[in-house]
Amino acid sequence: MADDEVKDEVAEITPFDPTKKKKKKKVVIQDPADDSVDKLAEKTEALSVSDGLDFTSMKKKKKKQVEASTLNEESGDAGDDFDDHIDGDEEGDGIVLQQRYPWEGSDRDYEYEELLGRVFNILRENNPELAGDRRRTVMRPPQVLREGTKKTVFVNFMDLCKTMHRQPDHVMAFLLAELGTSGSLDGQQRLVVKGRFAPKNFEGILRRYINEYVICLGCKSPDTILSKENRLFFLRCEKCGSGRSVAPIKAGFVARVGRRNTGT
Amino acid sequence: MSDLDVQIPTAFDPFADANAEDSGAGAKEYVHIRIQQRNGRKSLTTVQGLKKEFSYNKILKDLKKVFCCNGTVVQDPELGQVIQLQGDQRKNVSTFLVQAGIVKKDNIKIHGF
Repeated sequence: MADDEVKDEVAEITPFDPTKKKKKKKVVIQDPADDSVDKLAEKTEALSVSDGLDFTSMKKKKKKQVEASTLNEESGDAGDDFDDHIDGDEEGDGIVLQQRYPWEGSDRDYEYEELLGRVFNILRENNPELAGDRRRTVMRPPQVLREGTKKTVFVNFMDLCKTMHRQPDHVMAFLLAELGTSGSLDGQQRLVVKGRFAPKNFEGILRRYINEYVICLGCKSPDTILSKENRLFFLRCEKCGSGRSVAPIKAGFVARVGRRNTGT
Repeated sequence: MSDLDVQIPTAFDPFADANAEDSGAGAKEYVHIRIQQRNGRKSLTTVQGLKKEFSYNKILKDLKKVFCCNGTVVQDPELGQVIQLQGDQRKNVSTFLVQAGIVKKDNIKIHGF
């Protein structure tokens, strides 16, 4: 039933087309040569025509599909060509050559940002390794498993510690302090943390760890060494030789969670 | 005349900073906002390190009212008083404290994931 109705509708529509949408249909049916002449006068008309054709071609699946599509293509192509032409003309009238710098053709002073951009462009063209696009040290994303429902296993914890050149103890202390839970290393040197955590959580904390305890503030290189000198942690950069002290890891206040009368 | 060289009264007081920070743990007095997981998807938010001049109970009352959660002030032997709130209120707390002018934004440290 539904199909029949649709067909009926289509059948109704199709005979309408030439009569009701007189002008538009005409334009389509006309020869390409005539088309161009007509379209010179009415560019918008052509656009609407192509739209209308699209619509009809979508509606009539069986009838006239081939015809419509061919017509559509022709008219569309013609319209497109024409549009391109006009666009080109307009552009030709306006700005002749593409501007390389924003201050070209005007008398104003250069702005700092523009000049900076220019310098960097030149630098990037000539010797890219100096342009500050330093290769980033890639950290693999943390792999996290759930052990039961209440524990989370951080599988590649050791790998990440090695890539950061940090003691696993230190990293672990930081992670546990930030997560506010307890945890330990298991037999395969994986970190088992109490509580449920998503890999994203670990990633965020590792990011913070790297910013605070790995990255050199002077040159932003992760090539640093963390050493302990009489109770204070110092970060020494291998690249630029600068050093700084870093805050000790403090767990801070940890509220009592769980049953009350387990302790004491 | 020679006294002039020796005694120059200056506005700069080298001990001003040291005196201002009576509890003096570090250069900056951070307010730590932490989260702790409880059973299931429940969690606790703790606010530690607010200035001692503030009335914790009044702050807590407002926090509770604004976030529609319960909470307490816990007395910790080392860290002094700590505000505890139910649920993950870290963002809420930090915006509240900044807006109320209790802490500056730079002095808030949000911990946790």
